[in-house]
Amino acid sequence: MAVIQARNLTKKFGELTAVSKLNLDINEGEVFGLLGPNGAGKTTTLSMLSTLLLPTEGSASVNGFDISKEASKVRHSIGFVFQDPSSDDLLTGRENLYLHALMYGVNMRQANKKMDEVLRLVNLSDKQHQRMRTYSGGMRRRLELARGLLHEPKVLFLDEPTLGLDPQTRENLWGYIKKLSREKKVTIIITTHYMEEADMLCDRLAIIDHGKIVALDTPANLKKLLGGDVVKLKIKKPKLAAVRKLKFVKKVRQDGEIVTLTVQDAGKHLQEILRHIGNVESVESRVPTLNDVFIYFTGSEIREQEGEGGFFERMIRRGNK
Amino acid sequence: MGELNGLYALWYREFKVFQREKSRLLSSLIQPLMWLVIFGTGLGSSIELGISGSGISYQQFIYPGILCMTVLFGSLFFGLYIIMDKRVDFMKEVLVAPLSRTTLFFGKVLGGATDGTIEIIILMILGALFFGIPFTFYSAIITLIIIALLMVSIISVGLILGSLMNSLEGFGLVSSFVIFPLFFLSGALFPVKNLPAWLYAFVAANPVSYAVDGLRTVILGTGSFGLPTDIIVVLGFAVAMVLIGTYAFSRMKI
Repeated sequence: MAVIQARNLTKKFGELTAVSKLNLDINEGEVFGLLGPNGAGKTTTLSMLSTLLLPTEGSASVNGFDISKEASKVRHSIGFVFQDPSSDDLLTGRENLYLHALMYGVNMRQANKKMDEVLRLVNLSDKQHQRMRTYSGGMRRRLELARGLLHEPKVLFLDEPTLGLDPQTRENLWGYIKKLSREKKVTIIITTHYMEEADMLCDRLAIIDHGKIVALDTPANLKKLLGGDVVKLKIKKPKLAAVRKLKFVKKVRQDGEIVTLTVQDAGKHLQEILRHIGNVESVESRVPTLNDVFIYFTGSEIREQEGEGGFFERMIRRGNK
Repeated sequence: MGELNGLYALWYREFKVFQREKSRLLSSLIQPLMWLVIFGTGLGSSIELGISGSGISYQQFIYPGILCMTVLFGSLFFGLYIIMDKRVDFMKEVLVAPLSRTTLFFGKVLGGATDGTIEIIILMILGALFFGIPFTFYSAIITLIIIALLMVSIISVGLILGSLMNSLEGFGLVSSFVIFPLFFLSGALFPVKNLPAWLYAFVAANPVSYAVDGLRTVILGTGSFGLPTDIIVVLGFAVAMVLIGTYAFSRMKI
């Protein structure tokens, strides 16, 4: 059963179409990734699904509730972990959880037990009485993750959960997210532009560009879509015509001395390629990464992202959103 | 039940923050004390008040006005600080919670009013102990009622402005064009009776004047508009600002 269903979901900001006729079905218990370059429409999509923004056209349902007409019911049934810090620095970790429990109407008799439980889940039991301003970036994210679970939502939205964290902390956080999806059976929707993260965590993922879904499948299938492994050779005079005739070579690209081939089952056919192509200086063969898939679908041009600007400019931009 | 819990949550947050930011309490007390001690004594030693036979010193005379000033500055900036909540995603966390915007608004108002009332009670105790302010039980209660209404109004004004503003750059504008006019035109520092007509018109149009006048009437026994008028105007101001505030919050975008 689809926990989230979007039909022709569209959001326009004036002239700009941020999300265009999005159709999406996300199943119960799955970890679903939304990938895309900056400004592709990931956060806008999440904001609509979580009722922070009203769609311009189309509709969507979350846990069977319509996002436009039953916003309050939707909110009761979802958790959200935001990109920017969203807890109060002057309060302790536990106090922030307590606030959340109150706001979401968690039964106060059970609230204490629930708080203990989610704190244990993210390993913050011993830090719970410290003020949030003493927390590291990773601890803060973990607490916010725990907070998102406090009211037992069926769906948890994570907006760039590991943005700006160091590799160790990220890996650590992934562990917690996996644990959540396994132990709590919550459906998790995650936006990211770390390919490694998407590959590690997501059961399925959608690549979004210019507000549209350009690819949607499991990470493994998406990688298969490219049609084979990547073989990179450094060679002065390649005999490309001979290589092109080989039936397991799907694609040939030459940039100066570097030849890149897309090869079906490269491990098996590497010998034969080397025999045909000539004297090779070096060779490198690898399975395609999600990064290759991402670049394949979204192109390699760099998006002209607006400068983050200072604090004030960001505020003003936010205001205009 | 859910909304009440939410209201309590928002109040709880403001109160905890207030408890922990001791410097805020201290700075909110220093300014009025400087006005009373330095300005009150300094100007008081060289002017005669036009209130005959009352025996009220200038310092005592401005005391009610200084209470109102404390409310003005503290409450307005308290309201404006929702801009800081918008800066971090704390505001989103609250907005995505299943609470109505009205609850959010009242939670803020109650939180700010609690903080402010504690400051005012401290100033009242200091007033009675060191500045010879003749508080009685009755006048203390009426004082707190008027102060509470004024506080609710001014916090609402701050929240309305804060919900419209998206950067802190407007802070200076707000204090120049809102706080200082409201303060100087409230008769906090001078008697209203002998003013030229043009200035009197401004003072009479300023709702804060009625709070100052009401406090002066109950605390010192001297006033211009009459206590019932004072209370009605202050109450009306509070109701109007709360209504506009809830409307502004329902329209607030993030």
